Amino acid sequence: MSEKLQDVEPMVYRSRISVPYHWWAGDTASAFFIALRDEQKIVGIRCSECKRVFLPPRKMCPDCYRENSEWVELPPTGTLRSFTVSRRKLAAQHKEPPVIYGLIQVDGADTALLHILDEVKPEEVRIGMKVEARFAEERQGTVWDIAYFRPAS
Amino acid sequence: MERAAIIGIGMTKIEANKVSDTFADMAWEAVNKALDDAGMTIKDIDNVVTTSNDFWDGRTISCMAVGDAGGVRGKNTSCVEGDGAFGAFYGLARALSGSYDTSLVLAHCKGSESVSSLITNAAFDPIYERKLGMDMITASAMQANLYMHETGVTSEQLAMVSVKNHGNARLNPNAQLPMEITVEDVLNSEMIADPLHKLDCSPVSDGCCAVIIANESKAEKFKKKPVWIKGVSFCADSYFLGDRNLTDARSLREAAQKAYAMAGITDPAAEIDVAELYDAFTYQELMWIEALGLCAAGKAGTSLEKGVFNISGKMPVNPSGGLLSGHPVIAAGLIRIAEVVKQLRGEAGDYQVDNARRGIAQGINGVCGQSHCVWILDKEK
Amino acid sequence: MGKKRVAIVGTGQTLHRSHRPDVNGQELIFEAVQRALEDADLTIRDIDAIVIGNMDHFEGINYVDCWSVDGSGGTMRPIIKLTTGGTTGSTLAIGGYHMVASGMFEKVLVIGWEKNSESDTTGAITTAFDAVWDRLVFAGAISGLAVEAQAYMAKYGATDKDGARVSVRDRKHACNNPHAQLRKEVTVDEVLASPMLSDPIHLLDVCPRTDGACAVIMASEDVAGKITSTPDWIWATANRHKYAYLGDVNWGALDSMAEASSELFGKVGIKEPRKEIDVIELYQPYSFAGIIWIEDMGIVDRGKAPEYIWSGATDMGGELPINPSGGVIACNPIGATGLIRCAEAALQIMGKADKRQVPDVKRAVSTGFGGCMWTDIILHGTEKPEF
Repeated sequence: MSEKLQDVEPMVYRSRISVPYHWWAGDTASAFFIALRDEQKIVGIRCSECKRVFLPPRKMCPDCYRENSEWVELPPTGTLRSFTVSRRKLAAQHKEPPVIYGLIQVDGADTALLHILDEVKPEEVRIGMKVEARFAEERQGTVWDIAYFRPAS
Repeated sequence: MERAAIIGIGMTKIEANKVSDTFADMAWEAVNKALDDAGMTIKDIDNVVTTSNDFWDGRTISCMAVGDAGGVRGKNTSCVEGDGAFGAFYGLARALSGSYDTSLVLAHCKGSESVSSLITNAAFDPIYERKLGMDMITASAMQANLYMHETGVTSEQLAMVSVKNHGNARLNPNAQLPMEITVEDVLNSEMIADPLHKLDCSPVSDGCCAVIIANESKAEKFKKKPVWIKGVSFCADSYFLGDRNLTDARSLREAAQKAYAMAGITDPAAEIDVAELYDAFTYQELMWIEALGLCAAGKAGTSLEKGVFNISGKMPVNPSGGLLSGHPVIAAGLIRIAEVVKQLRGEAGDYQVDNARRGIAQGINGVCGQSHCVWILDKEK
Repeated sequence: MGKKRVAIVGTGQTLHRSHRPDVNGQELIFEAVQRALEDADLTIRDIDAIVIGNMDHFEGINYVDCWSVDGSGGTMRPIIKLTTGGTTGSTLAIGGYHMVASGMFEKVLVIGWEKNSESDTTGAITTAFDAVWDRLVFAGAISGLAVEAQAYMAKYGATDKDGARVSVRDRKHACNNPHAQLRKEVTVDEVLASPMLSDPIHLLDVCPRTDGACAVIMASEDVAGKITSTPDWIWATANRHKYAYLGDVNWGALDSMAEASSELFGKVGIKEPRKEIDVIELYQPYSFAGIIWIEDMGIVDRGKAPEYIWSGATDMGGELPINPSGGVIACNPIGATGLIRCAEAALQIMGKADKRQVPDVKRAVSTGFGGCMWTDIILHGTEKPEF
C-alpha cells in the first residue's frame, strides 16, 4: 500500500439491507407438513423403481431420477445414526446450548432425518440408540411440529 | 487431455481481518503477484474467471467487486460460484476449448465481514432443515462423531493433525495461525460441538489467490517452468446429510479415480509426493487421505502417529499448514493448488518437500465434503 | 482430445409463471431438465456434467450446485455453478459450450432457474452494487435503465412512444409462446397509460418477475449428429462484463454490447449483421433497450432504430424478427432468462419453434444482459462451423 494511505484509519460500514424470503414448499413437502400438523403422522415417499423410502419426502428420486408417487406412513420411532452436541449458542439457533443435533433414521425409511434430541443428557447419547418422536403441542406445519426426538421408552 | 499448465501464482497473506483491504484490493494484490510470477502483463491474459460467493460477500453478483482488479475490462469473463478449485477447472476448460490460450483465475473471500454461522446455515434446505439452526461446524461435528465411531480414530489422533498443521504454518510466511501446540492444548481447547474442539476447527479468514493457466501453445513462452495439469475431476454426493453415508466419501473417491486415470496413476500412495488437502477440520484431513488412497484404508490415524504425513515423511500432507492455519473460504481450494505448484517448482522455502515431482490438490463445495474437485499436478510434461 | 465443435441437441423449459406454489426450487429444476432430456431422447445417465446457475439472493440458498442435486440430476456427477447476475443464463450457455469444446465432457446439461417470487427482488438487486459508493443511492434496476433511456432520448429525439412500440411487438409475439408468463397483447396507448415507474419507463415497458427454469443439453460434434438430425451449432461466444461502478457507465449506449458483438461478428466474418442474421433473441429487460441495443449491435446506425422498428422489420414476418418468444418483457425468471434466449434461438435453428417459428433460419443470435450494463452474446447456426 502506498505511503499516503499508511496513516489513514480504515473505515468500516455496517450493512442494513434486509432481504426477506418466503419459500414455496411445493405439493410434496406440503403433504408431509400437513400430515405432521393435522394428524401427528410422519410420512415418507417411496420410489417405485429402486424401492427406497425417502424421509424427508421428495418429489423425485435422486438416483433413478423419476417422480415418486407411493406415500408411506412411518412410525414415530427410529435409530440415531449420528449426533453432535452444540455447546456454543449458534447465530441461527434460538435454543440455549447445549443443543443435541441428530440424524434419525425413522423405522421404514432408507434416509435419515435431521432434527434434535431432548429429554436426554448429552453424555448419555449413543450412536445407534433407539429414539421416538415427541410431537409439539401447537403445530404449525414446520419441522418443529416434531418438538424433538427422545430415547425410546 | 490436451496439455495445459499453471504458469503463474499469486496470493495475499491469509489473515483474520484484512480491515484495510476491500475485495478489489485483495484481488489487485493477488493478480499482480501472479502476473509478476509468470513474467506476464494483463495483456497476455486472454480471459478471466473469477470465483466468489454471494453469501460470503454479502453482495449479489459478487463477481462485480473484483472485475476491474481482475483486468476484465476488455476481455471475456465469467464467474464460478464455489470453491476456487472449481473455478480453476472452468478456467482450464476455457484454455482448452480453442477460444483462449491463457486463463486468469482468481478466488477471494473475507470471512471477517460476516457471521459465518449464518452464512453456512444458509446452505441448509430452507424447507426441511434450515430452521434447526445448524451450521458448517455442527454438521461437520456429526460427521466427525460417526467417523470416529466407525473407524476407531481417537480425539488424540485428530489433535495430532492440528499440531502438525499449525506447526507447519510456522514455516509459511503467508499463514494466519502459526502455532507450536501440543495434543493436550487441542484437547483442552473449548469444545465447540462434540467431538470438535476449537483447535480441531479451521478459523474463518480473509484471503485471495490468483492462478494463471495456459495451454500447450503458450505454456512455455513465459518466465517460469510450467507445472503441468495431468488429471482433474470433480463430483458431488447427495445433498441431504441423511441421504449420505457420511463416513464414505464416495464423491471424492470418484473424482480421484477419474483424475488418477487421466494422469496414469495406479498407486497414488507411491506416486504422489505431496498433498494439499481440504482440512477444514482435523478429522477431514484423515478422511480425505484415505478416500484419495494416499494411505491404506483405515490406516490414516496410525500413519499420522508414525509421522508419515509430516513434511519429512513419506506422504507430506499440508506442508503449508493447510486450512487449519488459515481458511479463506472460496479461495481455499485455489490456494491448495498454488501451494502444490510452489512445491513442484522447489519454491516452498522452509516448508519445501524434498524431490516433489507430483502433487495433489483438493477443493470442496458444500457441507461435510459433498462435492470435491481433485487436481493432479506434475513437474514434468 | 482438445478443441471440439459444440451443438445444442435438446432444450426444455417450464411453463413460466409469476409464482409456482406447487413446486419448490429443486422440483422446478427437475421439470425443465426432464423436458430437455425428453427433447433430446436421453436419460440423466447420458449426461457427463452439469452447469447450473441462478442469482443466490433471490432464493436465499447458499451453494446451490450442492443443494440442487435431487432436481438437477447431479448426484454422483460433476456439477458446477456459474453466476454473473442477469447475464447468468447466457453465462451458463457459454459455460456449457466451453466445457464441451474443451474435450473434457461429451454431453453437458446446462440449467438456469429462478424463483423470483420467493424474495424481494429490488432489495436483492440493490446488494449488487458497491456498499460504499453506489448502494445507498441506487434505487433498483429500473431507475438505472431509466437513466439510459433518458440519455438516448435527449440525444436522438426519441420518445416513450418509441419504447412502447417495442413492448407492443414483444407482447404480441409472446402470444405464440406457451412458456411465456404474459400472453396478452398490449397497445401503444395502454403502455403509455400504465403507471410510470421511473421516467420514461412505464409498468408495461418493463419485465415481470417470474418463477421458471430452463435446461439446455450441449453435445460435442462426435455425438451431436447421433442425438438429433437438427443440431444447433454454436459458432462463437463473446462477452464484456466491464463496469463495476454506476458512475463509470457510458449512459445512452451499451458499450458492452458494441464491443462484444463486434468481437463476435469479427470472429466469424459477419460484416452486415442486419442481412446475415435471420433472428435475434435479445435479452431486453425493458422496451427502450430494444431500440438502443440493436444500434450497439450494429444492426442499424445510431439513432435509426425507432424507424426500423416502426417499419415492422423486427416483427414476425419482417426482415429480421426480434424476440419471437416474446422476450424478457413477457417473462423473466432472471437466472434462467439468458438461457431461455439461447434455448429459443436453438429452437429457431432446429425448426422446433412451433407457432413462433421464423421461416428459413440459418443464423441466430441470442444475448444476455445484467450486472452493471454487461452483455453476453452467442451466435447459433444450422451449419457446423469450420473452425
